[in-house]
Amino acid sequence: MSHLLEIRDLKVTFGGLDALSGLNFHVDEGEIVSVIGPNGAGKTTFFNAISGLVEATEGDILFEDESVLGLEPHQVTGLGIARTFQNVRLFPNMTILENVMVSQHCRTRQLVFGALMQTRAFKQEEREIRERAEAALGFFGSRLVGYRLEQAAFMLSYANRRRLEIARAMATQPRLILLDEPVAGMNPMETAELTGLIGRLRSEWGFTIVMIEHDMRVVRDVSDRVVVLDHGVPIAHGSYDEVSTNPEVIEAYLGRPVESRA
Amino acid sequence: MSATMNAPISGSSTAPALFDLDWRRIGTWGGLCALALILVSLIGMPVGLDRRMIIEGRLSLGYLALLWMPLLFGYVVSKRVVLEGVETPDPGARDVLAGFCTGVLAGLGPVLLILGIDNFNLREPLVNWGPPLLEQLTFGRGIGFGIVAWFGIGAVLGLLGSALHVLPKDVRRVISFVIYGLLSISVLEAVISDLSEGFGLESLTDEMYARRGGLTVKSSVIVAVVFGVFSMLMKGRVKSATSRYKELQGEERKRASMMLFSGVAVLCIVLPLFLGKIVNELLANVGLFLLLALGLNIVVGLAGILDLGYVAFFAVGGYTTAVLTSAESPFFAPELHFGFALIVVVMMAGLTGLVIGAPVIRMRGDYLAIVTLGFGEIIRLLFMSDWLKPYFGGAQGITNVPPVDLGFAVVTGIDPRSVFYLVLIFCILAIYVSWRLQGSRLGRAWMAIREDEQVAEAMGINTVNAKLMAFVVGAMMAALSGAVLAAKVGSVFPNSFMILVSIIILVVVIVGGMGNIAGVLVGSFVLIGVLGGPRQPGLLQEFQSYKLLIYGALLVFMMLQRPEGLVPSARRSQELHQEEFLQDAWLKGEDHDTEEAAVAAAAGGSEETGEQA
Repeated sequence: MSHLLEIRDLKVTFGGLDALSGLNFHVDEGEIVSVIGPNGAGKTTFFNAISGLVEATEGDILFEDESVLGLEPHQVTGLGIARTFQNVRLFPNMTILENVMVSQHCRTRQLVFGALMQTRAFKQEEREIRERAEAALGFFGSRLVGYRLEQAAFMLSYANRRRLEIARAMATQPRLILLDEPVAGMNPMETAELTGLIGRLRSEWGFTIVMIEHDMRVVRDVSDRVVVLDHGVPIAHGSYDEVSTNPEVIEAYLGRPVESRA
Repeated sequence: MSATMNAPISGSSTAPALFDLDWRRIGTWGGLCALALILVSLIGMPVGLDRRMIIEGRLSLGYLALLWMPLLFGYVVSKRVVLEGVETPDPGARDVLAGFCTGVLAGLGPVLLILGIDNFNLREPLVNWGPPLLEQLTFGRGIGFGIVAWFGIGAVLGLLGSALHVLPKDVRRVISFVIYGLLSISVLEAVISDLSEGFGLESLTDEMYARRGGLTVKSSVIVAVVFGVFSMLMKGRVKSATSRYKELQGEERKRASMMLFSGVAVLCIVLPLFLGKIVNELLANVGLFLLLALGLNIVVGLAGILDLGYVAFFAVGGYTTAVLTSAESPFFAPELHFGFALIVVVMMAGLTGLVIGAPVIRMRGDYLAIVTLGFGEIIRLLFMSDWLKPYFGGAQGITNVPPVDLGFAVVTGIDPRSVFYLVLIFCILAIYVSWRLQGSRLGRAWMAIREDEQVAEAMGINTVNAKLMAFVVGAMMAALSGAVLAAKVGSVFPNSFMILVSIIILVVVIVGGMGNIAGVLVGSFVLIGVLGGPRQPGLLQEFQSYKLLIYGALLVFMMLQRPEGLVPSARRSQELHQEEFLQDAWLKGEDHDTEEAAVAAAAGGSEETGEQA
């Protein structure tokens, strides 16, 4: 019964607009779930609500049977939920290594004293932070390591920025990763590669993944289940094949055929 | 695509006609120069600075304040935009002609001013509009001479300025060395005589400088020759030394850094012994403001919190010291030793940091700046108020703050050298703290907040705590500076803690290079040392009344030309000049199709350029 993430009757209202209404949803440990839907369906709002960036109006969000509502975003991250952003938001003036090191903030403890005295504990922790950062970056092959470690993040290509964002999320040592359009703007080859990597995130790193994606081939290839949102309401739910043949989903994406209109 | 771009633009190699000039450009720069000349004349620089001689009997600082402009504008107007990969035509007669025309146009400014002063009386709004200025502008030889002279001077200087482009590189180098050398030797007269006195070389300076100030003609020739020869000898040396240093690896580099560091340390400790009062006073002021700037650098440069009320912590440090150590403190006068007071100062600063920080930190960007500006004033007004007069003495402040008795030495304002040593200790402490924090978990959190606060929060950083921490650390450094100031001056007044202090420190940090310790160091030396602090005179004491104007002009210039500061952190300069950077890389990299490859190539990384393929 116990799900990793459970969402009950979630409702998010901006002014008079219901961005999300009556969303019920759950993710079990080790699953890859995709959230799809046309633009403005409330997918990113859904992610923002989970990670604490927007406040839920009604309903509840449970992570490991504990409510995360009312927690600050950094506390949510501390519980083990990491995320990426749709419009890549790195720390552009920090080096690639620093980008990944800084995201381990909530897993580390050292404060001013250790840094000033250069205590053994401080050095040990710095070493561990660096090792973990390099491990996360190494997941993407040779692209983000080597001379790149000391390069500023703004110098990366678009695809590498997306990769770095995922590495940054991985370094927070989460149990659940929320990927917001991870392959948007990538070319077909990069997309195919990243699709494989998303699978490996689960099999090698043990992350549970919820992913918003528009690229149906990626959705088909990696997800165990698919949830379709439209106007803040879930309209379909099931395996990719079930969802992709669902007439309601087709209608939401493509509109109703002309002749059937009343 | 890139192949065609790399080819020189056809037709550019055939030389255009001599008079086919960019008249619009000349008009703009010439007109600007004329306006600048009028402005500088009207704010009183030429008359006010005429007393100070650069070369005895030939050139005064007053004339210099005008003469450098046509030269610079002539240089600027014929400067070509050099694009890598696109052929730039060699500078030639056309450029010199452009400089000449700009200079003539610039000369129009003083000429109009001469005619204006002669015919109208605008003394009422313009204080400097009057006979002294006219006398100065006409060189005391009548209006006709003045008019001809200014057109001539403008033309010659504009011509010379633009001719710099035509000269071979080596000659240009020698000329610039000679000019810089002459200027610094004559402007730094006070320091140099001070120094030579310390080393017992008075006779040398007596020989060099005229009795009423300025280099003598003979010595200026000698100085010019010396600097010319020096520039020839030094050619390429500095560059190769720095590049050699940069190439050093691991242990060797560590050793070289240690040697450099100990060299600077020894210099810092030994040099003041030979310096006189004036220069030591100057150094002590630089130290005080450096301490402030280092603190603000953490708040603004690292954590990105634009705190305009930073002076509040400076005031808290000063007043806490005064109350605790002075016998004249009106309400509570425990007359503690400075050392014990310092502990309380640091704690009070931390507390004030928390109290002011807590409400302020939840705001962002502009709002935060405005609110902190308010708090900065509130603190000063509180100290000045009648309400708190029984405790802090109101506008009279607290006097009789005792000197710092260290047992083996006494630090007092009368002996600026001791103040410098005291402030040096605090500065070293502050530099160490900044350096260590920068490379720690907390420093990274600050940078992340500066970059994108919301994402930093989503990545697990408790932004409120981290920002408060930055506030508190910055506040402590400012308070230490305030404590030293109180002991140095021997009293504290609310008016020492005007909002202007905050602004000037901010300018120091921005001009020096935000988020960079070396930048802050250079910024304090250049701005506070040369121009002077809000109340403290700098090297160029003559510029005292124009200090704020120069600060403003410098800030605008830096924002336009070098937003990363005098000593940028490498990364920041990459970011701010990213466009040029990408463009160069794109023009360079013929066979790289992706932007990434171009950037990688530009960054000096030649690896895996074709990885996307």
